[in-house]
Formats: sequence, C-alpha cells, structure tokens
Amino acid sequence: MFNTLQKWLPKIILSPSIFLVTVCIYGYVAWTGYLSLTHSRFLPNFKWAGLLQYNKLMENDRWVTSCINLLIFGVLFIIISIILGTLLAILLDQNIRQEGAIRTIYLYPMALSFIVTGTAWKWILNPGLGLEKMMHDWGWTSFEFNWLVSNDMSVYTLVIAAVWQSSGFVMAMFLAGLRGIDSSIVKAAQIDGASMPTIYWKIILPCLRPVFFSAVIITSHIAIKSFDLVTALTSGGPGYSSDLPALFMYTHAFTRGQMGLGAASAMMMLAGVLAILVPYLYSELRNREQ
Amino acid sequence: MRKFATLASTLALTSAINLAYAGEVEVLHWWTSGGEAKSVGVLKEMLEAQGHSWKDFAVAGGGGESAMTVLKTRAISGNPPAAAQIKGHDIQEWADLGFLSNLNDVAKAEKWDEVVPAVVTNVMKFNGDYVAVPVNVHRVNWLWANPAVFEKAGAKIPTTMDEFFVSAEKLKAAGIIPLAHGGQAWQDATVFEAIALDILGSEDYNKAFVMHDDAVLSGDKMVEVFTVFKKMRNYIDSDSPGRDWNIATSMVINGQAGMQIMGDWAKGEFIAAGKVPGKDFVCLPAPGTDGQFTFNIDSFAMFELSNADNVTAQKSLAKTILTPEFQEVFNLNKGSIPVRTDMDMSKFDSCALDSMATFKASNTSGDLVPSMAHGLATTGYVQGAIYDVVTNFFNDPDGDPKETVTKLARVVKAAK
Repeated sequence: MFNTLQKWLPKIILSPSIFLVTVCIYGYVAWTGYLSLTHSRFLPNFKWAGLLQYNKLMENDRWVTSCINLLIFGVLFIIISIILGTLLAILLDQNIRQEGAIRTIYLYPMALSFIVTGTAWKWILNPGLGLEKMMHDWGWTSFEFNWLVSNDMSVYTLVIAAVWQSSGFVMAMFLAGLRGIDSSIVKAAQIDGASMPTIYWKIILPCLRPVFFSAVIITSHIAIKSFDLVTALTSGGPGYSSDLPALFMYTHAFTRGQMGLGAASAMMMLAGVLAILVPYLYSELRNREQ
Repeated sequence: MRKFATLASTLALTSAINLAYAGEVEVLHWWTSGGEAKSVGVLKEMLEAQGHSWKDFAVAGGGGESAMTVLKTRAISGNPPAAAQIKGHDIQEWADLGFLSNLNDVAKAEKWDEVVPAVVTNVMKFNGDYVAVPVNVHRVNWLWANPAVFEKAGAKIPTTMDEFFVSAEKLKAAGIIPLAHGGQAWQDATVFEAIALDILGSEDYNKAFVMHDDAVLSGDKMVEVFTVFKKMRNYIDSDSPGRDWNIATSMVINGQAGMQIMGDWAKGEFIAAGKVPGKDFVCLPAPGTDGQFTFNIDSFAMFELSNADNVTAQKSLAKTILTPEFQEVFNLNKGSIPVRTDMDMSKFDSCALDSMATFKASNTSGDLVPSMAHGLATTGYVQGAIYDVVTNFFNDPDGDPKETVTKLARVVKAAK
C-alpha cells in the first residue's frame, strides 16, 4: 500500500501542473499557430488562408521596423546591462563600507514595474519637462537631449530605461557569483605575482561563465517580451519608430481586429526566440556536461 | 408647468404599461469621465422611469480598447450585454458575425428614417436592417483658436489653408506655438484628414477613404495633401510626440498655443476651464473646409438576447436614446450635436448651432463625409494601415510625399 502510494504520489502531485503547462503553454502555442494560418479578423474564424498572413507580415513596414528595433534594443540592452552589472559587482566586492546599503540602492529599480520605470523616464527624457528643461533653467541653454521625440533616436531611450532597471539585478547575480569563488585561487594568483586586473580578467570572470549564461537568458527574455516599457515610455512613437514586436502583436490582434496577422507575428516572435535561445542553451548545457 | 404635467403623466403611463414586463438592460460603455458619465446617468434615469432596471457595465479607458476586449469575451461565451458602445464599421463586423439584434420594429414605430439623415442611418444598418442606435454626431473638422493670442501676434484667425500658414508664421514670430498637437497616431490622422478634405474636396475624399480608389490615393492631389501635412509639422512644437489631445487643448486655453485642429469634444475642455465660446475661444471649420462636415457618430449596438423581458427593456433603451429629450440632455453634456434634425436647438451654444446648420446643409450638398481617423469611413484594417503610413510620414523628417502616396495606395490595397 505504502509502496504504491510512494510510487504514484510524485506523479499525482505533478500531474496538475503538467496538465496546465500542456494546455496553457503548448496548447495555446498550437492554437495561435493555427490561427495564424486562417483569415481570423475580429474574432477567431477557421477560413483557411495558408501563409497569407505571413506574407502580409513580411510586406508590412511597421513589422520590419519593429524587428530591427528589437534587434537594436535587445543587443544594446543585454550588452550594456551585463557590462554595467559586472563592473558594479566587482567594485562592490572590494570590501567597501556600507556595502549593504549601496547594494540595496542599485537593486531597488528591479522592484519597480516597467510601467513605473517607463512613466518616470518619459518625464525625465521629455525635452519640455525633464532633463533638457532643467539644464535650460540652470542656464545651459545649448543643451539638447531630445531622443524621446526624435524619430531616429527614440528606440535608444528604451535602452536607457531598461538598463537602469535591470543592471542592478545583473549586479546582484554577479555579486553572488563572485562571493562563490574560492578565495584561495585568488590568493595563489597574487602570490604568483598577478595584478588585480589580470586576476579578474583571466581567472575570476571565466569562473563566472554560468552567471553570464543566466544573465543573458534572463535579460534576453526581458528584451523580447518588452511590452509594458515601450507602452509606457513611447507607445511605439514618434510615429511607429520605437515599435517592438510585442506591441505590434497586441495592436493588431486586439485593437485593430487582425487576429490572423497578430497570431502570425506572435509565431514569428516565438521562432525568433527559439532560433536564438535553443542553440545557446544547447551549447552551454553540453559544455557543462563535459 | 402644464408641459411638465403632461410629461410626468406620459412617463407614469408608459411606466405603468411597461411595469408588466420590466426587464433589465446591461449597457457596456466607456463614458466614465465628467460630462460623459453625467450623460449616461440621464439615460439610466429615463430608463428606470419606464420601470426597467439598468445594469451599468462601464469599462474605463478612453478609446474603448479594453471595453472591446471584454465585450469579445462576453459575446463568445454567449452572454453579451444588451447594448454596447460600438461605432462605425465595427457595427458591420459584429452584425456580420450574427451577434446583433434587429431593431426595425422600433425604428418604424419611431420613424427613425424620417428624422435621422440617411448617412447616419446607413452606418446603423446591416443589410438594410437597423442593428444599432446613434447617440450623437461629432464634427471632426474643427479649428479651435484663442483670439487673445492672435490679437497679441497681430494675426488673423485663418479660414483657408494659405491664411493658416501666414498666421502660423506670425504666431511663431511672436514666440507662440502656432498649432497645438499631440503626436499620437489618431491625432495625426485627424489633422491629415482635415487637410485631405480641403485639398481633395468631398468627392475625392470619399473616393480615397471610403471607396479606396487607387488613382486618388496615389494621385497628385494626394501628394499635395502630404506636402501640406509635412509643412504643418513646422508649426508644431517639438515636444508633441505622445501628448494627449486634452493637454494640447489646454495649451490653446492658456495661450501657450494659438490653435488646434480637433473634433468638437475639445469644446468640453474649454467649457470646463470656464471659457465662453465666441469670446475666449472660437470654433471655425478647419482651414478651407467651410460647409464640409466630417462626421463621427457614437452609437449603441444592440445584441441578440434570449430573455423576452430583457428584449423589451432593450427596445425601450433603443427608443429612449433617440427621443428628443435624451438627445438634448446628452449632447449638451457631451459637446456634440443631436442626430435628429427636427430638434429644438435653443439651449445649444454657437458652436453647436453652427455645427447643426452645416450638418443639415452638407447632408444635401454631398459635403457630409465620414471620418477616416475615427473609424467611420472604412474598416479597422484599412484605417490601421492608413494610420501607420500617415503617422510614420509625419514623424520622419526625410519622409517624401511622392513615395508615401505610392506606399499609401499599396498598403490600402493590401489591407482591403
């Protein structure tokens, strides 16, 4: 009796969540995939359209812009927040005073939602309201910082806000990694006469490879699913110059009644995520096994 | 007093009759702010006076996007509200899916066809059957101006496009923002369609935005529309992207900016700030569109219900919305004009009277055209495609009008 229970209990406990994951994730992925092949407009319908929606998507200038934006935003955001996070972690790791307080300050932005971050940065970056106006009021009248309202630069304001929000979190991850490094290795290297920069560059950072891995995975999914940040900060504007795929998908599927096109863009986003993440995960995990 | 007594007794009589089968109406709307909420309150009272109960289903959020999401869920699950605030071409979409109920008997009894212009009723009908009730008519091609600012700059309030640019130049020289504008896609489209109406004329406007005639969409006149549109960009301050329309209106109110091209809902902002029409602010047709009328109609679509009592209540709701009493109270609060052309307009202000006169005149002259920017002229798909082209062109300093019209024709064709 007890043995049977012991054998089945884990399966019974896991089954609801397996069921939920199957239906709510894979089931709906399949459903979205199916909708993307139909003429669904306002509500889902089942008129077969083949690859029509994908063709429309590829011809859509706004979609192309949003994909390029995602590339710019994603790459810059991931690289900058990891570099900044690592630097902050290394500096904090020098046994400084009040480390706890400083660490908390850097980590706090992560506690905010992207909506709050977006709104606050919208005010800061607005030329007539924030930074630029403040500089002008202080007498530096030639100061100009109008990225938020510029067609070419608006996407970079997303990078600024997202880096501000997430680099503290990356810092915390690296700090944890640094604390986990055996200090005897560092001491041994010091005895061998290695300088601190060399030690960091050649010994400590390579040891932190798993942390890099987690940081890239976490920040890249933040980048791809970015919706609230762009909604609050620029709403995709000016024009649609700072549009991102998630916003494109929402607009078309829910407000413009082009569910088929929205579903197609969602599938493209999924394909993009898989194309980048799967090879990376695969190579990282295989390396670790060896 | 006698009039009141008659009214009271009629109400008492109708409620006595209706009490026998009083139903409940659930009404989905997004009129949750100030004057709008008050207007809905009036409708509720009038319906309750007839013995029906009102279940308010307000989903906040200006453009009604969230309300539509909720509505879709409710409709698919087979439990739609009695009435929902749906307008323009979306009515056709819903009716096409078979969700809406036929109101022909109410329309016939109340003689809607006689008191409401055909342009309006056409929007409310699906295959010739009434499925929705119009609430009000907004005129979109208005120019709101602050005369004090114009006086200070020594400029004349413009009535044509040429005058617009002369005055704008003077305002700019005087250190005033000539045109208050919010850089959101629908506001860009609102300004764009006002220019298009002037340059293309009513007939070609319809060809372009209602019939999607390729020759007009990619024609020389359209190139001119985009050229003027881009020129207007020079008279808007650089901080405009993302600004809400009412913030832009407040810039005109406090004299920071000279004028704004916006529908007549902007009047509510002026009135709320204690300004008097004709004195503190003036309303004029958008430059060059005198006698033309771009309409935007709010309406309630009625959903197919199963409970017979609720159907009765729903029909009463439809009837009540178009009664002169409700039309008057509602539109006084909302800033729009009644859809009935046989109303006593004595309580309305000069802007509304002007609007009503143009509405009637343009109805016969063919200058009454549906608003593209507000979803009356075309489907949401084509509207979205035009929005994208227009807003992208407006914000791109290197945007070329010639290339843009080709693109416009292409995307409209693709979205059709």
